Amino acid sequence: MNRLVTHLAWLALALLGATALGVVALRRGEAINALWIVVAATAIYLVAYRYYSLFIATRVMQLDPLRATPAVLNNDGLDFVPTNQHVLFGHHFAAIAGAGPLVGPVLAAQMGYLPGTLWLIAGVVLAGAVQDFLVLCISTRRNARSLGDMVREEMGRIPGTIALFGCFLIMVIILAVLALIVVKALAHSPWGMFTVIATIPIAMFMGLYMRYIRPGRIGEISLIGIVLLLASIWLGGAISTDPYWSEVFTFSGVQITWMLIGYGFVAAVLPVWLILAPRDYLSTFLKIGTIVALAIGIVILNPDLKMPAVTQFIDGSGPVWKGALFPFLFITIACGAVSGFHALIASGTTPKLLANETQARYIGYGGMLMESMVAIMAMVAAAVIEPGVYFAMNSPPAIVGADAASVAAAVSNWGFAITPEALEGVARDIGETTILARAGGAPTLAVGIAQILHQVLPSAGSMAFWYHFAILFEALFILTAVDAGTRAGRFMLQDLLGSFVPALRRTDSWGANMLATAGCVMLWGYLLYQGVVDPLGGINTLWPLFGISNQMLAGIALMLCCVVLIKMKRQRYVWVTLLPAAWLLICTTVASLIKLFDPNPAVGFLALANKYAVALDAGQVLAPAKDLGQMQNVIMNAYTNAGLSVLFLVVVFSILFYALKVGRAAWIVEERTDKETPFQAIPGA
Amino acid sequence: MFNDLSRMGKYLGQAARMLVGMPDYDTYVEHMQSKHPDQPVMSYEDFFRERQDARYGGGKGRPVRCC
Repeated sequence: MNRLVTHLAWLALALLGATALGVVALRRGEAINALWIVVAATAIYLVAYRYYSLFIATRVMQLDPLRATPAVLNNDGLDFVPTNQHVLFGHHFAAIAGAGPLVGPVLAAQMGYLPGTLWLIAGVVLAGAVQDFLVLCISTRRNARSLGDMVREEMGRIPGTIALFGCFLIMVIILAVLALIVVKALAHSPWGMFTVIATIPIAMFMGLYMRYIRPGRIGEISLIGIVLLLASIWLGGAISTDPYWSEVFTFSGVQITWMLIGYGFVAAVLPVWLILAPRDYLSTFLKIGTIVALAIGIVILNPDLKMPAVTQFIDGSGPVWKGALFPFLFITIACGAVSGFHALIASGTTPKLLANETQARYIGYGGMLMESMVAIMAMVAAAVIEPGVYFAMNSPPAIVGADAASVAAAVSNWGFAITPEALEGVARDIGETTILARAGGAPTLAVGIAQILHQVLPSAGSMAFWYHFAILFEALFILTAVDAGTRAGRFMLQDLLGSFVPALRRTDSWGANMLATAGCVMLWGYLLYQGVVDPLGGINTLWPLFGISNQMLAGIALMLCCVVLIKMKRQRYVWVTLLPAAWLLICTTVASLIKLFDPNPAVGFLALANKYAVALDAGQVLAPAKDLGQMQNVIMNAYTNAGLSVLFLVVVFSILFYALKVGRAAWIVEERTDKETPFQAIPGA
Repeated sequence: MFNDLSRMGKYLGQAARMLVGMPDYDTYVEHMQSKHPDQPVMSYEDFFRERQDARYGGGKGRPVRCC
């Protein structure tokens, strides 16, 4: 009887979610309230957590509360520590939530808020959270092994190396695209540039304080650091209005690119306690704080969504990025729905802290639902600003022109009425000289966050303050990611090259370290540079490549899960991972093939290269290139990007080949063949 | 009530430190005393440095974070 009542309550919640989703999806012609989206997502996530994740935990994986986890077995108080599940949830969430779930939905908003919201909800419930959860489970049962190790162990040495190579490629692209977002946000913005530069001395002060003055006092120094950061935002405002100092801190995109490349190299070889660790503390606390503030703001204000539910750009002609709804929406949203990168965190770090394997459901599945909720909020933030402003900020000058009048005319022409005065007004409100050509998602999101927080705490000039607060908060964790990613990439590169030249694997060798760091910085620096000088905006090319690579990694992780399920002889449940894996493979393969072979030069890399090569032979200069050298650049970049697409395809199809081979062999065997560590009961239980 | 509050504060502090990958020092000391009474226990300062280096200082797959 009691059970029935509980199920009825859950049914009511499910109905509430369905109703809210119905309102979001079906109401046309009038603005809907952001709260409908939040309610729909929350209700569906709760129901999915209660039923689907429980099904996976009990039926598919048969999680056993009596089985000892690596944290219990290897408890050393340091790496392996059984941790309270709520504390671990925070740790896991802080590790998986980054810029991806914030930027992807903002870019996807060019098709309207509806397609993106639907994919966020469906994708996370059926694919993203399943991947995080299952990878966490199988890693926990393999002594917290990393994804690459598990692929090697379960599928063989060759696919293991290929997967490692794939991870490295993805790392390089992520670093390039994240750095590009920073460049786009800081170019010609003395206020933003000053606050971001100010984080370096602040972080160094914190680092020295924690090392020598009062060692290990994370709490107090983080508070001091945050106060200093807020002061630097205030000071940045003063600098942006000063004629001399604003000039000093105004840099072009190319200048900032070189600074970032130099910074990336230097920061990756400095001791970690000096900049990396303290800034990571700042960025983590700010990130959590901002996400909470945004959630409270949306709930208090429940703003109306101004973006249409669906725009005309679902046909693939959008200005922010090119490509039709299928497959490019699923590529663009990336992290908020499903993110392959999480597989690297769910294997390795988190399983070493899991106190009981049944908690993997809450940490893995629940953590990813939370991340998706952040993406939903980013979508709301992008949809509450005027669509005219959204498109003016995100369209490249090559399409809409470079001054307020022509941009306003072009955007109004698409049906998103906006005046040049309104565009200049927004720029003034946020304390910038212009908001045009600020693609990349971060500035748009910052405007959305600033609008929401400004309305919660209204005061003169607070719009500009919150805008730069949001920019700083994004730049902060992107810089941390660049710094940390370069280090991680260096180890991956050393590991990879070490397979051929063993001397390079020695991480204690100064020469090998320098070589690998320089190699890693050069790779992402090159992609970043070409993205910055790309007259079509760079985000256009790099974000789809990032999306494809990230979703492909998720595909690899899910294929591993399929193979493991078959080997465990749980094969009648293999559809749980097989369906999302198949969907991701279809999306990413179709997207890569379109990016390679589409005859439209705005979409296909080869067509673009061909068009410019033909013109170059005829001695013509095609806009937006300005001379023959730039023509060469465009051709070279198109071939590089085409090469990357081919590499991704090769990586994913070789893993698919091995997955099919190993999976088939395991399917016909009677007994289990997986490499799970043998059952050990929790001591004393 | 003050007991509850102080427990709550300790718990929140632990959660905040874990956000940045710093495990609980008391847990470590307790573990060392009960399981390895013969081995030296690091001071909080040494423990902090050791953990910071372990989190960021490299080794395979470290530091890991998402996009």
